[in-house]
Amino acid sequence: MPELSYREAVRDALSRAMRQDDDVFIMGEDIAEMGGSMGVTQGMLDEFGPERVRNSPISEMALAGAAIGAAVQGMRPVAEIMYEDFLTLATEQIVNQAAKHRYMSGGQVTVPVTFRTQGGSGWSPGAQHAQQLEAWFVHIPGLKVVFPSTPTDVRGLLWSSIYDDNPVVFFEHRTLYGIKEDVPEELEPIAIGKARVHREGEDVTVIATGRLVHEALAAAKQAEENGISVEVVDPRTLQPLDEEALIASVKKTNRCVVAHEAVTRMGFGAEVAAVIQYGAFDWLDAPIERVGAKFTPLPFAPAMEEWCVPHANDVLEAINRTVARNSN
Amino acid sequence: MAKVEQRGTLSQEELRDFFREMLLIRRFEEKVEERFRAGELPGFLHVAIGQEAVAVGVCRALEDGDVIASTHRAHGHTLAKGTSPNELMAELYGKLEGCSHGYGGSMHLYDVERGNMGANAVVGGGLPQITGMALAFQLRGEPRVAVAFFGDGATNIGTFHEALNLAQLWKVPAVFVLEDNKWAESTPEKQHSPIRDLSKRAEAFGMIASKVDGQDVEEVYKGAKKALDHARSGKGPVLLHCDTYRLHGHYIGDPQVYRSKEEQQDVREHHDPLTDLRAKLEISDEEFADMDAEVQEVVEASVEFAKKGTDPKPEDALKNVYA
Repeated sequence: MPELSYREAVRDALSRAMRQDDDVFIMGEDIAEMGGSMGVTQGMLDEFGPERVRNSPISEMALAGAAIGAAVQGMRPVAEIMYEDFLTLATEQIVNQAAKHRYMSGGQVTVPVTFRTQGGSGWSPGAQHAQQLEAWFVHIPGLKVVFPSTPTDVRGLLWSSIYDDNPVVFFEHRTLYGIKEDVPEELEPIAIGKARVHREGEDVTVIATGRLVHEALAAAKQAEENGISVEVVDPRTLQPLDEEALIASVKKTNRCVVAHEAVTRMGFGAEVAAVIQYGAFDWLDAPIERVGAKFTPLPFAPAMEEWCVPHANDVLEAINRTVARNSN
Repeated sequence: MAKVEQRGTLSQEELRDFFREMLLIRRFEEKVEERFRAGELPGFLHVAIGQEAVAVGVCRALEDGDVIASTHRAHGHTLAKGTSPNELMAELYGKLEGCSHGYGGSMHLYDVERGNMGANAVVGGGLPQITGMALAFQLRGEPRVAVAFFGDGATNIGTFHEALNLAQLWKVPAVFVLEDNKWAESTPEKQHSPIRDLSKRAEAFGMIASKVDGQDVEEVYKGAKKALDHARSGKGPVLLHCDTYRLHGHYIGDPQVYRSKEEQQDVREHHDPLTDLRAKLEISDEEFADMDAEVQEVVEASVEFAKKGTDPKPEDALKNVYA
């Protein structure tokens, strides 16, 4: 089994799709010679040429809109939005156009476009290069939202996103690009809408996304030393959401922590908490705990940045709170 | 729809056919105004009365396989691109038989089979996608052109500049049809743009601009043909500036407090494309009456068709969200 980094796994999915299918092409800012600001598309220009690895001007509305237009004509473009923060510039096209064409046309139009983007704290990028905006897009009917946390998941889910007939906003986390994992020789597509249980446990379910999946796994290890058995579940796809899997896990453990890097207020965890309280109300032994960033733009100074966003110890504290709540 | 000759010269017969279609659009929109005022039509409705020559001139110049993106003022483009009055009227009544099956309405008219990729209720919203559709044609080596309609008001929005810049940069087969009716809703051009000749905007991108009298359908047709040929031959996109007039308000029921009664009367008397064309073709009163009666019958039939259409079930609202 080859070992791939998260970055290489993204590149592998893109390259395999482009090798087998002329309708797939990528465009974005600095993705050609430079290979993308995160190096994801390095080497792809040499293999596929400038027609299919298209450097775009710094022009997110046109970049997003052109990808939508090409998709409407039956191609499967993947547009890279360099930083999640710049999704704000493309939001009109994604929200009013990509998400609505099929609906407004009464089913005549298909929009198989993927918007790849990345963000997250960790390198002091400051307030305009690190936001976690995934929850915004979950709020829009017509879009699918994917947020993988491992090399295997990012590869299999990107493949499925490219071949999904709906617009997909695909979130990658910057600090995950370097993590490595053995992946199957052949790319195995992962169905959109299926959660992954990373670790089974009995006492608490932690539902985490993105970087926080790894923080939750670290917290689970520490909790285990204190005799607390933690189940860690990654929804992987935020829309559609595998509600069944999340509810089933909490029905087993009776306690739930939701964790993500985005600010807690109106974060994706709020929706998960609502789903759990409704689907597993009679099984819950404690209020659902929420872990997320403090309600502030991301500060620059490393000490402040570090303090604002959640880490394993924040997840562990939430686990301990929910366990302490009930001792019958 | 009668196919016109490639060379760009139009016979009297073809021009009469154009006239008939312009008249059909006019009568259709007058009927829409009437039915809206009678309280039969839901939604926000915008008529393009006065701009019929642009819709017909451009759409008649298109080839099979060419696509358009329209605006909130879309009835004329939709009819000219081949959607039947029945399907269009049914859409305005919110029926399943409508061209968007009741999901779109006046501002979201689609007819994908006929190359209408959607009217857009966001000013400038369709332009980047026309660049992208043209890119798809270019990448596949298909001899097709993607055409965007938009108004003078749209030349101030970012999508216009970004879409034209990218289209020219990548030399995609697109034509950007500027319907310059002098008004952005209630705001006159001098209040929304620092320059008077909006075709100059193309210069910023190194794009060819061509300017035509948008009230003269023959001139629009010839200009469109030339622009389409240019784009189709791989030479890049064109901005086609059509000087036109909106004879009515921004929306049906607009009291037009922003323009004087004299001006409203002046544009109706001096800038109606139907009046000019009728005179040019020397259509007699009798012939006009016959044609008008025939067209009005088509329009009346579309209302009957629409009223007899099927109302969607409320829960049909949950369909078509995802493919």
